[in-house]
Amino acid sequence: MNAMKPEDIIKPENKVYSRPRLLDERNTHYCPGCSHGVVHRLVAELIDEMGLECTTIGVAPVGCAVFAYNYIDVDWVEAAHGRAPAVATALSRLNPGHLVFTYQGDGDLAAIGTAETIHAANRGENIVIIFINNAIYGMTGGQMAPTTLLGQKTATTPYGRRADLNGYPLRISELLAQLDGTCYVTRQAVHTPASVRKTKAAIKKAFQNALEGRGTSIVEVVSTCNSGWKLSPAKSNEWMAEHMFERYPLGDLKNV
Amino acid sequence: MEEVKLMKGNEAIAHAAIRYGFDGYFGYPITPQSEVLETLEELMPWETTGMVVLQAESEVAAINMVYGGAASGKAVMTSSSSPGVSLKQEGISYLAGAELPALILNVMRGGPGLGTIQPSQADYFQATKGGGHGDYHLIVLSPATVQEMADFVGLGMDLAFKYRTPAMILADGIVGQMMEKVVLPPFRPRRTAEQIAEQCPWAATGKGNRKHRNVITSLEMDSARMEENNHRFQRTYEEIRKNEVRFKEYYTDDAEYIIVAFGTVARICLKAIEDARKQGIKVGLLRPITLWPFPTEALASLAGRVKGMLTVELNAGQMVEDVRLAVNGRIPVYHFGRMGGMIPNPGEVLDALRANFPEIK
Repeated sequence: MNAMKPEDIIKPENKVYSRPRLLDERNTHYCPGCSHGVVHRLVAELIDEMGLECTTIGVAPVGCAVFAYNYIDVDWVEAAHGRAPAVATALSRLNPGHLVFTYQGDGDLAAIGTAETIHAANRGENIVIIFINNAIYGMTGGQMAPTTLLGQKTATTPYGRRADLNGYPLRISELLAQLDGTCYVTRQAVHTPASVRKTKAAIKKAFQNALEGRGTSIVEVVSTCNSGWKLSPAKSNEWMAEHMFERYPLGDLKNV
Repeated sequence: MEEVKLMKGNEAIAHAAIRYGFDGYFGYPITPQSEVLETLEELMPWETTGMVVLQAESEVAAINMVYGGAASGKAVMTSSSSPGVSLKQEGISYLAGAELPALILNVMRGGPGLGTIQPSQADYFQATKGGGHGDYHLIVLSPATVQEMADFVGLGMDLAFKYRTPAMILADGIVGQMMEKVVLPPFRPRRTAEQIAEQCPWAATGKGNRKHRNVITSLEMDSARMEENNHRFQRTYEEIRKNEVRFKEYYTDDAEYIIVAFGTVARICLKAIEDARKQGIKVGLLRPITLWPFPTEALASLAGRVKGMLTVELNAGQMVEDVRLAVNGRIPVYHFGRMGGMIPNPGEVLDALRANFPEIK
């Protein structure tokens, strides 16, 4: 009996996954196991699938995703820390017919940029905000974020976050869902194949909302930071499911 | 036929912005410049030219909206007054670092802190020496009349596009609030998408027909490249210094003394000079129109043939430092200033001239 050879398997009809056309072939600066890579892939796939390569403008944050513009092949604007929604406001208003999205972490969106986030959403700007919530400042070396859980150890809460000293983990998506300007606020994750598919569907819906001029869409992705959390990638996924989802339950917060 | 209107400097700014073909204005109310935003909202240019006008949630948001608009090659501006312009400094530094053209209007009031809502020129250092972090300069225009307020909107944005750098109109509260006759610039249509792509091939407008992506950023982690970026900025500033110095001289031909003043203060000084000349005192005026680039050579040249200079400013002595650098110790240079929203009258200016140069009879 003849053994099966690789060329018998590597055929277009057997292909289950390939690098998205708009995701550059280069190493990223992200740590192995980080959720950013998966979300980048979903964004790149969707822009291609939805035929938006030529009409998309991304706004990169300050934080781990500061170099997002190095990986996804569309036009980008790098914003100052927290100001992405303000930058996106002008890009969207001055470039009608374009998809304008921001890609921001928890510190950028929910600490220094809280005012810009809330007011862009309250004006109902036709933008998409992709919000990576990993409960820590990854880029600067693992300091407390507004979304850091009570008891969670970080570089600036070495004995664990205390409510009396540091306040409470901020559920900003719940807050944004209250605003009349938002049409879609959802919280997803990318730790299992099923959750990756759900997140992709959520980002697609958000992109469609923006194209249809329906207001602001926010897709929060509860994410891991294995280097900041000082856990292996696999353990990070377990820790996230065990601790993060309790404070940040997955699902749609608003869908109108 | 020229149409002469009577209006405030702040109102003239709004009219001129629409007529220039600005794509967007983003502002936040603060005295004494709120009429810019108010006038634009009243004129509703989005119904006519398509210009976007937006009241932002803060000065910080407004300057970052300017950054976003400028990043896509649009003609965009913001306006504020001193405390608000302090808040904009982060965004201005980013505009400079990302080499983006934009126009910023500062209608100065007295500080520091919340200070006063009355006129001042105390933001000279902030405007001309950087203001935000990093090695950068703004092109800084100083209007003395409502006419110049209107004219500098177009000039400022043209220069900003020419050199891919933000420009500032540094006005004092007097010229913002004062009503004067003004001939508004003619209407120009906003640029089309094709014209923007041609003028700003670097702009992040969506890839369109381009093969490569455009990225607007001030970030560069490779130090050697970041140094080269800085060299490029400095070469731009050198070009601006070479080409764009603007100033006006009055009664300098036979002058023995020179007053240096900018903005509306120059007009007060001009009255003082006319009074002085009636008393036989040969004094002239140099009014810098660009505060950066500064008319260093013109002042150096005057220093070779006059006995002394006096700067008159609505501050504790800021431009005087640049005059002294230009004069380089060859003649005495003194400063007379009022602060906190106080404005000198021509008599005080003349008294200050006599006090600093006792040989004047």
